[in-house]
Amino acid sequence: MSLFLIASLPFLGAIFPALLIRAGRNASAASAGMVTLTALIGLLTNAPAVLRGEVVVARIDWMPGLGLNANFFLDGLGLLFAGLILGIGLLIILYARFYLSRKDPMGQFYTYLLLFQGAMVGIVLSDNILLLLIFWELTSLSSFLLIGFWKHLPEGRQGARMALLVTGSGGLAMIGGMLIIGNIVGSYDLTVILQHKELIQASPLYLPALLLILAGCFTKSAQFPFHFWLPHAMAAPTPVSAYLHSATMVKAGLFLMARMWPVLAGTDAWFYIVATTGLVTMVLGAVIALFKDDLKALLAYSTVSQLGLITMLLGFGTKAAATAAVFHIINHATFKCALFMSAGIIDHSAHTRDIKRLGGLIHLMPLTFTIVLVAALSMAGIPPFNGFLSKEMMLEETLSAVWQGSPYLVAALAVFGALFSVAYSFRYIGHVFLGKRRSDYPGEPHDPGPGLWLAPVFLTFLVVVIGLFPNAVVGPLVQVASGAVIGDGQPVVFYAKLWHGFIPALYMSVVAVVGGFVLLLMQRRLAPLWDAAPRPEAKVIFDALVGGFTSLSRRLSEALHDGALSRYAAIFMVFTLALAAYAYGTGAKGAPNREMLDLTIMPVIGWICLTGATVCVVAFHRNRFLALVLIGVVGLIIALAFNYLSAPDLALTQISVEVVTIILLLLALNFMPKNTPQESSTGRKLRDATLSIGAGLGAGGLIYALMGREFSQPSISEFHLENSYSGGGGTNVVNVILVDFRGFDTFGEIIVLGIAAIVIFAITEAVLASNVRGRLLNREPDMAQAGNPHPLMMVVATRVMMPIALMVAAYIFFRGHNAPGGGFIAGLIAAIAVVMQYMASGYEWAADRQRVYYHGIIGSGVLIAALTGMGSWFAGLPFLTSSFGYITIWPLEKFEWATAALFDLGVFLAVLGAVMLALESLARFAWQPGMDSEHPMEINPARDDADNHEKQEA
Amino acid sequence: MIAIAIQFASACFGIGLLLNLWVMARTGTPGDKVLALDTMVINAIALMVLYGLSHGTAVYFEAVIIIAMFGFVSTVAYARFKLRGNIIE
Repeated sequence: MSLFLIASLPFLGAIFPALLIRAGRNASAASAGMVTLTALIGLLTNAPAVLRGEVVVARIDWMPGLGLNANFFLDGLGLLFAGLILGIGLLIILYARFYLSRKDPMGQFYTYLLLFQGAMVGIVLSDNILLLLIFWELTSLSSFLLIGFWKHLPEGRQGARMALLVTGSGGLAMIGGMLIIGNIVGSYDLTVILQHKELIQASPLYLPALLLILAGCFTKSAQFPFHFWLPHAMAAPTPVSAYLHSATMVKAGLFLMARMWPVLAGTDAWFYIVATTGLVTMVLGAVIALFKDDLKALLAYSTVSQLGLITMLLGFGTKAAATAAVFHIINHATFKCALFMSAGIIDHSAHTRDIKRLGGLIHLMPLTFTIVLVAALSMAGIPPFNGFLSKEMMLEETLSAVWQGSPYLVAALAVFGALFSVAYSFRYIGHVFLGKRRSDYPGEPHDPGPGLWLAPVFLTFLVVVIGLFPNAVVGPLVQVASGAVIGDGQPVVFYAKLWHGFIPALYMSVVAVVGGFVLLLMQRRLAPLWDAAPRPEAKVIFDALVGGFTSLSRRLSEALHDGALSRYAAIFMVFTLALAAYAYGTGAKGAPNREMLDLTIMPVIGWICLTGATVCVVAFHRNRFLALVLIGVVGLIIALAFNYLSAPDLALTQISVEVVTIILLLLALNFMPKNTPQESSTGRKLRDATLSIGAGLGAGGLIYALMGREFSQPSISEFHLENSYSGGGGTNVVNVILVDFRGFDTFGEIIVLGIAAIVIFAITEAVLASNVRGRLLNREPDMAQAGNPHPLMMVVATRVMMPIALMVAAYIFFRGHNAPGGGFIAGLIAAIAVVMQYMASGYEWAADRQRVYYHGIIGSGVLIAALTGMGSWFAGLPFLTSSFGYITIWPLEKFEWATAALFDLGVFLAVLGAVMLALESLARFAWQPGMDSEHPMEINPARDDADNHEKQEA
Repeated sequence: MIAIAIQFASACFGIGLLLNLWVMARTGTPGDKVLALDTMVINAIALMVLYGLSHGTAVYFEAVIIIAMFGFVSTVAYARFKLRGNIIE
């Protein structure tokens, strides 16, 4: 199966569980399982080639200009991780079906899970680091949804936020590191980058890049000092914890370290940063884990510790250590996932995860005990289980590590950490299962049904089988995977066996096991000491930090954005003026090289009208109605100016927009005070006047400077003028730009317009459904009302004009491609024709006769535009390629057809629908049903007779 | 001859615009101002037609049609607002 399909299947399939939950929880779980299974089978079809040592690739140039290509490749490491993600994912889906209760929204759960799975598979298959970064961020986001799945629990929400913040900021750092690496190599393709070890390590930017990438890996893999988010993420449902912390999320950081190992590893910096961090994390995690009473917290810190172990192995930078790391990744995934699942089983039946309240469960839950026994012994590193094999490899590697000249320091600390991990593993067995049966369990502990035990039993089966026959079961996989990590092309020899003879690693193991056992016996006495010891509490520090930043940004944003438009405008103007002054002072500008036009009388009159009206707006701005009238003057003069400067299209648009705007503002003004109160102090007025005069002079000066000079580089207008007819089939360049050159922009804009109108409608619906409706209905008009609501003259005039106006709209629409006009203007004209009816005959009358919903008109407009654009796909051309030709239909003359006209029809409908929906929604606020005669100005004697007849009968 | 006539007419309508602006700026009832705006619209129509005539082109004609058709809609809306407070009842 193609790698594209494998990577995209979980994303595509994520919709199914959410939909199929309506058919029941089994259907939902089965659909998620089928999606994962299909992807897994697809992956396995590629496995033979990978195991032969080949690298499977799939490449699409997506945005080659940015170096962003949708390239995927599958080598041994990718196969190992993708197999873990999909295989364990399948088990988790099974387990979660029986773990989640009826109250949990299971469809949502599986959708999040599949999204997360897809993001993880994307990380491990990406061959492009930019693509990898996208998937990396997707895992942070989708894991946020999973960790916070139980939204009703504050711990869940806080844990999710913490995980998102820590891993997200690490991801941010990693973006920087990856971009540096891409810059050094000159390619963003991983396969290319991995071949440039010397180039990268010789670069002066190697250390910053390394630090940034490691920041991403360490936060994701919960390495010290970023380990604190992982235990808090345990507030998630157990299947999520099992999935995220055994096989996926936290392994992503390890994966990336392994992936970049060939180019980053082998330097002193790598050794000291990675190995030291790993060692510290391993020891610290193990020590804390022993003193945690919550089963999941114990497992969380043990995960931190085990991840530290793997990080340390990768940090050693030797081939044997890298092989051991790969092997331990497999082993850790198997036993840790089984342990998390068993913790969930215990929680489910005993209703507690507190070790202090458990004990003696062996009598009640023999099956669960067997699972835990095998998995925990493997975690402790007891033969013959798989954990023993990799732990012994680890201990052997520590012997050859030299830290700052001290040869045995690493080994001693590793044994110390191993000792604690033996202790906490034994504690899980001993304090939970062994001992006397108790009578005070909060629940009734019992072994679960097969739905819950199948998955962990399968995993423990793997633990045993890998332990007994490591070379036959996972040998080839470990070999290709470590081959990919090391990346020098040499075949890797992997041969694990249980008995190596009396080697130092064996003695270290024995010390760890015996010491761990003794430690466990002392645990109950040590615990009070541990609890009394002062230590920094990560959550408190984290909360204080986040709180500090929150209040800082709040203070900043409240100073800049206090909700008053005048403040935004003032800040914007001051900033722009300062920038402009800087540009003017430092930039170079040539002498004016364009001739000034002669001053004729018409522009002078226009200028006087424009400035006069503007000054009047300032003078009369407290009277809002008057200000609106004056704005009408400004609009009119601007339309005149457009015409005078040979832009009839703009003039047409200006006039129609003007009318719609005035109607819109008058509708709103109905509910607002008619006068603006005096609030500002003199000082403030002075400041604002200075600012606005500065802004006006600045804008005027800029325009004056621009118009007096030629463009410094050729303008795009030339291209538009030249290609308008030959390429777009229209002589009206403005329209061709709208529907052809910039058709995609227009397409986006009509969608935005439609969305805006529908939002206005939705807000109106919400307001009118609330108790505001009553106040609106009982509203007393705030000014005297005069005259007739539906004056006869106006009703007649508008009704007579309606067909004429619509015909003008049609005319403007059809000729738009070659002469001033087009769908946008035609849509506005048609909207004005309709809104006239609302104004003259009333809301009720007009709405009754409006049989097509405006939503439908908007939708059909967008659809027509989209379908027109897609039509070009059938000709094998990109979206929205336009085409035109000539036909003759008798008895008409030869005329031109263009697909752009169809697109323009979409624009027309969307504009018409959006304007009408917005105006109608606003009109509904003031509409008082029943206040109005049902038949405004319709003289119909028959109906009047019938009404009178009815009255007489009553 | 026609050129002179066009210039004379343009000047007249231009002065008309300025006089209307004077009405706007002066204190008067809102009704006066709405009427002044309406008259300005008429003057603008005339100016556009004259401008088209002087350049011998018909491209400005559509703009004129549309202003003529819809110029009154704004006026009516202003008037309705003053009379009823609500323009769509």
